[in-house]
Amino acid sequence: MPILALDQVSKSFGALKVADRISFALEKGEALGVIGPNGAGKSTLFNLITGNIRVDAGTIRFAGEDVTRQPPMARCLAGVGRTFQIPQPFEKLTVFENLLVAGAFGSRKTEKEVGDRCADILVETGLYPKANQPAGSLGLLQRKRLELARALATEPKILLLDEIAGGLTEGECQELVETIRAIHRRGVSIIWVEHVLHALNSVVSRLVVLHFGRVIGDGDPQTIMASRDVREIYLGIDV
Amino acid sequence: MSWLDTILQGILLGGLYALFAAGLALVFGIMRLVNLAHGDLIVLAAFLILLLVSALGLNPFIAAAVALPVMFALGWALQFLVLNRTLGNDILPPLLVTFGLSVVIQNGLLEGFSADSRRISAGALETASLQIGPISIGTMPLLTFLSAVGVIVALNLVFYRTSLGRAFRATSDDSATAGLMGIRAERIFATATGLAMMVVTIAALYLGTRANFDPTMGPARLIYAFEAVIIGGLGSFWGTLAGGIIIGVAQTVGAAINPEWQILAGHIAFLLVLLVRPRGLFPRAVD
Repeated sequence: MPILALDQVSKSFGALKVADRISFALEKGEALGVIGPNGAGKSTLFNLITGNIRVDAGTIRFAGEDVTRQPPMARCLAGVGRTFQIPQPFEKLTVFENLLVAGAFGSRKTEKEVGDRCADILVETGLYPKANQPAGSLGLLQRKRLELARALATEPKILLLDEIAGGLTEGECQELVETIRAIHRRGVSIIWVEHVLHALNSVVSRLVVLHFGRVIGDGDPQTIMASRDVREIYLGIDV
Repeated sequence: MSWLDTILQGILLGGLYALFAAGLALVFGIMRLVNLAHGDLIVLAAFLILLLVSALGLNPFIAAAVALPVMFALGWALQFLVLNRTLGNDILPPLLVTFGLSVVIQNGLLEGFSADSRRISAGALETASLQIGPISIGTMPLLTFLSAVGVIVALNLVFYRTSLGRAFRATSDDSATAGLMGIRAERIFATATGLAMMVVTIAALYLGTRANFDPTMGPARLIYAFEAVIIGGLGSFWGTLAGGIIIGVAQTVGAAINPEWQILAGHIAFLLVLLVRPRGLFPRAVD
């Protein structure tokens, strides 16, 4: 049984179709990359999966259960974790408190029970030295790491990464990729929307291509990157 | 010595205003909801305590303890069933709904208890006082002030030391993202209003035992509460206490000069603070 399955999911904002009969499934433990030009509906796809936007039609199943009508809070508890393209930490809370809130409420445990885990995640994501600083004082790389750390604190079964490598230097990007690979090795399924293709392709084993809200390609990265449609639409190369 | 006495009385009165204001500050701080019925809810709680005292013959402090969970439940339900529906980008619906609530509470109390002024009898405590050197301090005003400090210490502990407090702050920061972390914002808001109503109950105990009250006096308490919160700068509960004290001292000093100036002096102090520090004494860093 796939961990996540979208079936004919559609969403329009007025006349603009941002998701047009999207169907794909993610197997447990799989790492899937999503690419597409700006405005292709990648972030919308995440909002539909987390429940921040309701679908107009179609169904979303998570671990076999229909979550199409469930609010974001319920999907978080079921195991959907998400990072934002523009990091949205709770700025007035400290870094550690950001994780505590996510850990305690995201898994319905007490802060005592999640405290050690949260500290481990801070170490893993390299934020431990910043633990007691207000999250609002962090720089971009650390904010991106905090997005990842906070999503991990909710004990996700599937992690939705939204352009987490964007805006980082090559070295920073490499470190982040290592962290994500380690998370993936622990069995967390991943969907990663990314423009930094070499980072993406060093983690994922499958790519989905979105264009104007439609899936125009789904398969292994080499085949997808070699396909004529993708090269024309996404890379803007005349073939 | 009489000036020292006046200022001390003002500080103690400020404790009462801080109690009026703390619940308002809590609700506004977490969900940016201005509750125009806050003063009427204080009066409602005072009538509830009065009812418990007169019907069951309870000591007012015991009656207030009984009223605490009742008011928590009332606040929780009010927020969950009514006020949550008014929250959004538009600031008008919460103002209209709480204004309507204020009218409903006032008229409901008038129907139920008539327009007579009432008082909750605290027995010998009402006139008891402590003599410290040349200054005599009323026991009730002192208890009021200590309760205000106690409430503010407790609110700070809840806010900065508990899981609930972190959820308050996270939801206040970004309720949509808080939802993605498994926080039910509607319930967090309901709990916050329930807590605010517990503070309101404590305020009502001292309002009712220190002076007469009647169903129409809520809006004036709301004004004092507002002024205290705004002087404090919306940033901290201690700021709210400072705001209450400034209004309290201004009122007693004004009254000492001329009894007619009591209320006016409080409002003038409020305007002066706004002139000098438009964002209050302890403003939030970012907002």
